[in-house]
Amino acid sequence: MKKRMFYQFSLLLVAVTIVLAGCGGNNNKTASTNGETDKATNTANSGSNAEGEIKVGILHSQSGTMAISEVSVIDAEMMAIDEINAAGGVLGKKIVPVLEDGASDWPTFAEKARKLISEDKVATVFGGWTSASRKAMKPVFEELNGLLWYPVQYEGLESSPNIFYTGATTNQQIVPSVSWLLENRGKKFYLLGSDYVFPRTANLVIKEQLKAEGGELVGEEYTPLGHTDYSTLISKIKEAKPDVVYNTLNGDSNVAFFKQLKDAGITAKDLTTLSVSVAEEEIRGIGVDVLEGHLAAWNYYQTTDTPANKTFVENYKKKYGDERVTADPIEAGYTAVYLWAAAVEKAGSVEVDKVKEAAKELEWDAPEGKVKIDGATQHIYKTVRIGEVQADGQFKELWNSGEAVKPDPYLKGYDWAASIQPTE
Amino acid sequence: MLMRIQMKKFTPQRIWILIAYTAAAAALFSAPLFVSDFRLNLLAKFLAFAIVALGLDLIWGFTGILSLGHGIFFGLGAYAMAMYLKLAASGGKPPDFMGWSGLKELPLFWQPFQNFWFAVAMGIAIPAFLALVLGYFTFRNRIRGVYFTILTQALVIITTTLLIGQQAFTGGTNGITGYSTVLGYSIGSPETKRVLYYVTVAALIAIFIFCRYVIGSRFGKVLRAIRDGENRVRFIGYNPAIYQMVVFTISAGIAGVAGMLFVLHVGIISPSMLGIVPSIEMVLWVAIGGRGTLVGAALGAILMNWAKSEFSTAYPQGWLFFMGLLFVVVVVFLPKGVAGLIGQIKFRRKRREPNHEGVRNPAV
Repeated sequence: MKKRMFYQFSLLLVAVTIVLAGCGGNNNKTASTNGETDKATNTANSGSNAEGEIKVGILHSQSGTMAISEVSVIDAEMMAIDEINAAGGVLGKKIVPVLEDGASDWPTFAEKARKLISEDKVATVFGGWTSASRKAMKPVFEELNGLLWYPVQYEGLESSPNIFYTGATTNQQIVPSVSWLLENRGKKFYLLGSDYVFPRTANLVIKEQLKAEGGELVGEEYTPLGHTDYSTLISKIKEAKPDVVYNTLNGDSNVAFFKQLKDAGITAKDLTTLSVSVAEEEIRGIGVDVLEGHLAAWNYYQTTDTPANKTFVENYKKKYGDERVTADPIEAGYTAVYLWAAAVEKAGSVEVDKVKEAAKELEWDAPEGKVKIDGATQHIYKTVRIGEVQADGQFKELWNSGEAVKPDPYLKGYDWAASIQPTE
Repeated sequence: MLMRIQMKKFTPQRIWILIAYTAAAAALFSAPLFVSDFRLNLLAKFLAFAIVALGLDLIWGFTGILSLGHGIFFGLGAYAMAMYLKLAASGGKPPDFMGWSGLKELPLFWQPFQNFWFAVAMGIAIPAFLALVLGYFTFRNRIRGVYFTILTQALVIITTTLLIGQQAFTGGTNGITGYSTVLGYSIGSPETKRVLYYVTVAALIAIFIFCRYVIGSRFGKVLRAIRDGENRVRFIGYNPAIYQMVVFTISAGIAGVAGMLFVLHVGIISPSMLGIVPSIEMVLWVAIGGRGTLVGAALGAILMNWAKSEFSTAYPQGWLFFMGLLFVVVVVFLPKGVAGLIGQIKFRRKRREPNHEGVRNPAV
C-alpha cells in the first residue's frame, strides 16, 4: 500500500515536471523555429517580431456542432488573406494566419483567444459565430486590449471597444424585415425559434415592434437546439392561422421544420415564412424543393449584383470548388479581413488603438456594396435585403433598403424599443 | 492518513512519500515563477478540473457509484460564483442580460449573492443539497448501478433546460460573463490571477488530503465494501444508503468548489459547460487517469486537458483524432489508467523477483 502510494506520488511529480517543462519550453521555442513547428500548419511560434510578417488569429469552430457553418467563414478569411498577400500584404508585410479551433465550446473560445493574444501576439483575431462564443471572448479581448472581428448577424445590444461587428445588428436585418412583412404580407405573426439567446432576444424586439406598428402576435414557440419533430408545432401554426411565420430556428431544426411543413401540405404560397438563419449554404443542406418560395432577410446574397461580388464569387469557387456557394456570414468574414487591412494601412501600424482610430468611418467596396465602419459603435453600415428562394437554390432579391443602414445596436432610434434598452 | 503517517515510524518509504508530496506541492506553488501568465491560467483551470476528478473518484472509484451528472454540481458552484461576480461588476444593479430580457428589478434570489462569502457558501451548499435530495430518493430506494446513472443524466437535462429557458434570470445559453472585480481586486490583473492560482493549488491540496483521510478512515472502508459487495455490507448491519448519500453529497460539494474556481479562472459559465458532454468528459478523466486512485484521477484531469489544449493548438483540424488515439491506447494498454501503469510495471518486476510481501496490493 505504502509502496504504491510512493509510486503514485513519483508519478505525480514526473507529470508536474512534464507540464512545467512543456510550459517553460514553449517560450524558448520562439527563438528556434524548427521543422516540427513548421509542419504544424500555421501555428509556428516564430514570434511576432519576425521581419516582414504580421500574425493574425483565426478562431472559429473546426470541430463540434458549429464546424459546418464556421469552416466556410475560415475559407473566406483565408482567401482574403491570400489575396492581400498576393497584392503585397499590409504595410509591405505578409499576413500570417494562426489557426485555432474553438471546438464549439465557449470556454475554449476564451482560452484560445487568450492564447492568440498573449502567446502568439497576433495583431487581430477574426472569429466567433454564436453569440455565446462572442460573449466568452469579449472579456478576454477587453482585458488584454486585443481586437476581434466578428462576422455574424446577431441580436445586438452590445458594443465592445475591442470588437468590430461586420454582421448585421437587429436594425439592419430583423426590424426592417418585420416592417416589410407588415406592409406586404399581413399583420398576424407567429414567432418560432430555437431556444437560445439570439431567438429569444430577437423575438423580444419583434414583439415590441409589432405592438408599435400594429401587428398581432398569434403564437410564440421555442424548441431546443437540434429539435427535429415539428408535427405538433405545425398543427399549432395551422390552428393559429398566422400570415407570417418569423423563423429564428438554427441549424438542423430548419431541415426538419421545412420538410414537415411541406409534408403537411403547406407551401410558400399558403404561408409566408421569413428566416434569418437560412442562407445559401443552408439551402443546400435543407433542399431547394422544400424551401422554394420561402423568404430570408440578409445583407448579402450570392446573387447580389455588385462588381466586387462578381469577382468574389468567382474567386471563391475557383479556390474551393464549383459546388461551393457564398453566403452572408462568409462575405462578412471576407469583408472583415479587408477592413482590418485597410485600417492598418491607414494607421501605418498594427497597434490596436491606432487601428481602431483609423477604422473610424472607413469605407470599402464590399461584395455586398459599399460598407462603412461606424466609429461610435464599431458596427458597419449595411444594406438590408429580403430575398426569395429560387429553384436553383439562390435568392431573388425582393426588396432592399436602397442605402446602407446605419447600425443601431441598442435600437436607440426606435421609441418602442425603450423597454429593451439597457438601464443606465 | 496524514496523522497516521506522523504517528508511525518513519520508514525510508514513508520519507520518500513525504518528499514526493512536498516536491509536488512545491512544484505547484513555484509554477508562477517559471510559466507565463497565460500558461498559469491554463494550469489553474486544469487544477480546478482535477478537484472535480477527486470528488468523482470518491464516488466512482471508491464507492462504485457512477455519476454522469457531475457537470451539474460543478455548474451550480460556478453559477453561484458567477452571480456574485456579475453583481460585483454591475454594482448591485440588474446585470445586462436581465435588461434585454425585460427584467428591470433584481430578482430576490439574486440579492444575497452580492456577498462574496454567501456566494461561496451557496456554491458548496446548493450542489451538496441537490445531491443529498437526489441521493435520498435513489439510494434509500435501492436504485443503483445503471439506473442511478440514468437518473443523473436526467438531472443534467432538466437543469440545462431550466437554465436556458429562464434567460431573464440565468443569462440563457450565453450564460453569465463579463466580470470586473473579485472582492474589490480587478479580476483581469496578473496579480489577482496569481493569487487565484495559489488559492486553487491550496484548495486542491486540501481536498486531496481530505479525500485521503476519508478513504483511509473507517467510513472509507465501508465505502469500498459497498463497492465490492453492497448486499454483504447490508447483511453485516450497515445501512449502505446513508454512506452512499453522504459520499455523494461530499462529492457534489467538491465539484461545487471546483466550479467556483473554474469561473474565477475562465471568466464565463454557460449551460453548455454543465451539459451531458462535459459530465461524461469528467468521468473520462478519472477513467484515463486511473479510477480508484486519487492521484490518478487528479493526474487524469490535468493530463487530458493539457493534451487537449496542446493538440488543438498544434493540429487545429485534426486534434480530435489524436485525442481519440490517446483514449484507445489507454483503454487497450492501460486498463487501470495512467496510474495503473506504475502498478503494472511493479507487478511484472515482482513476478521476476518475488519479495516477502507476496500478495499484490489491493486496488487502493
